[in-house]
Amino acid sequence: MVGDKGIKKFLVICIFLLPSLIGLILFKGIPIIWSFLLSFTKWDLIGSPRWIGLDNYKNIFADKDFWSALSHTLYFIVGYLPLVIIFALLIALLLNRKIKGITAFRAIYFIPVISSWVAVSMIWKWLYNSQYGVINYFLSLIGITGPAWLQDPRFAMPAVILTSVWKDTGFLMIMFLAGLQNISDDYYEAAEIDGASNIKKFFSITLPLLAPTTFFVLIISIINSFQVFDQVWVMTQGEPTVAYTEVLVVQIYKYGFKYYKMGYASALSWVLFLIIFIFTIIQNRLQKRWVDYE
Amino acid sequence: MNKSKKKIILDILSYSILIAGSLMMLAPFLWMISTSLKTADATFVMPPKWIPDNITFINYKNVINSFPMFRFLFNSIFISVTITLGQLLICSMAAYVFARIEFKGRNALFLIYLGTLMIPSQATLTPQYILMNYLGWVNTYKALILPGMFSAFGTFLMRQYFLTIPRSLEEAAFIDGASHLRVFFKIIMPLSKPGLATLTITSFMESWNSFLWPLIITSDDKHITLPLALTRMQGRWHTDYNLLMAGTLITVIPILIVYLLAQKQFIKGITMTGIKG
Repeated sequence: MVGDKGIKKFLVICIFLLPSLIGLILFKGIPIIWSFLLSFTKWDLIGSPRWIGLDNYKNIFADKDFWSALSHTLYFIVGYLPLVIIFALLIALLLNRKIKGITAFRAIYFIPVISSWVAVSMIWKWLYNSQYGVINYFLSLIGITGPAWLQDPRFAMPAVILTSVWKDTGFLMIMFLAGLQNISDDYYEAAEIDGASNIKKFFSITLPLLAPTTFFVLIISIINSFQVFDQVWVMTQGEPTVAYTEVLVVQIYKYGFKYYKMGYASALSWVLFLIIFIFTIIQNRLQKRWVDYE
Repeated sequence: MNKSKKKIILDILSYSILIAGSLMMLAPFLWMISTSLKTADATFVMPPKWIPDNITFINYKNVINSFPMFRFLFNSIFISVTITLGQLLICSMAAYVFARIEFKGRNALFLIYLGTLMIPSQATLTPQYILMNYLGWVNTYKALILPGMFSAFGTFLMRQYFLTIPRSLEEAAFIDGASHLRVFFKIIMPLSKPGLATLTITSFMESWNSFLWPLIITSDDKHITLPLALTRMQGRWHTDYNLLMAGTLITVIPILIVYLLAQKQFIKGITMTGIKG
């Protein structure tokens, strides 16, 4: 009897779990291990991979191209983060004032978030057009001659950053809004009795109590930014600025799928993974701590 | 200044900023629509006109005539719908085990599932491509669909949802002699509509908007999805922006309609997947 029941349970587990397990092993598990092993080899898809130990990693860190891709990625992050956080926080604070029409506003700010990166990049490419673009037209109204955004090495990355800020504001705003709504009204009521001004309330209640959310948003955005690809690719491929905006994932793509240097591209992926992993660990640590304190 | 006066000023200020921001969010889309409805001549008129003098649908006609747009649209829909349906079934079934059936090593296995979420998809691009190449799946629907059907995140999401369902209902069914399969399909799944809705949306949107994987794994027109097709509409030296904006609109509209129909789930789902990183 017990054996029968055991077999039956085993069968049920197999039926329910195996499709997912096999799929994940095949398309996720094996590729993860495989790419790690490949990162120690030299292979251009022809013949068989040749073991070269740590050479790929040594070459990466000795390669000027890698450091420029890393610095482009950091440039993106440093430009993008403060702007997107300030805008998202500002909009979230205004929406949190129990204003009428909050649902409509929230819906509008979220439209760029749901749109595909490729579509958005195409639209912005047109907006950035040096001669007939709307952006340069508006600049001309205030007497500024706009640059050839995506063709000028100085402006290509800022253009990509602005578009990314525009697209992601709604996403970060939603997270800030959730954080703001968790702050109890009691604090504000108590402060009001003490006669605190709005500015004082913002700096001594809202900001400190929102700190966990802010930090969380910050880490998530850093992790996502290290993986930036679509907008950079679509906006600058074929432009003279392509070398000035080559971020890490673009470089992985270049080595892997243009030059077919599978070992080198895998090693690059693992360097990217390690960078992201550090931030993931920080996030998990802090998340746990905050959950415990609450 | 008294209090209500201060509040009115603050309200006016808030609304002004929010409305200005909303306009900035919408303007690029409006410009896309406007450009797609203009003739080539009207496109290069300065100052730019937001509402064209002569509205024309020629660009839509051109984009459909110059590119297999219906094929692209079919590819996008077919791939996204199949991935989504696959995820709904496969993730939910695995989640049912993680939420309801105890066995040795279950928690360890679940931790491994969660662990894979920490590894960015770029880290597995090369071997995934090699695998597809080896299987002869480059330029096939299989390569575009199968790797997307198995999601550790989806399993996690559904497990969390199943844990909120009280066990009393299924216990009664088990006493009546129902099997796990029956309980899963007749009790658990119907009770999980909100969770399934969230997974549907995140999964559909992710596959609809996906770019890097299709870029790597397809090269012919037969299998490419709309976002990838858009990149083909740019000329090497000259881009017909009227045509490109018409194509872009066709790419954006389906997801926009789904979004307007299920706003709440969208916002919830994207916030959750975004956090996944």
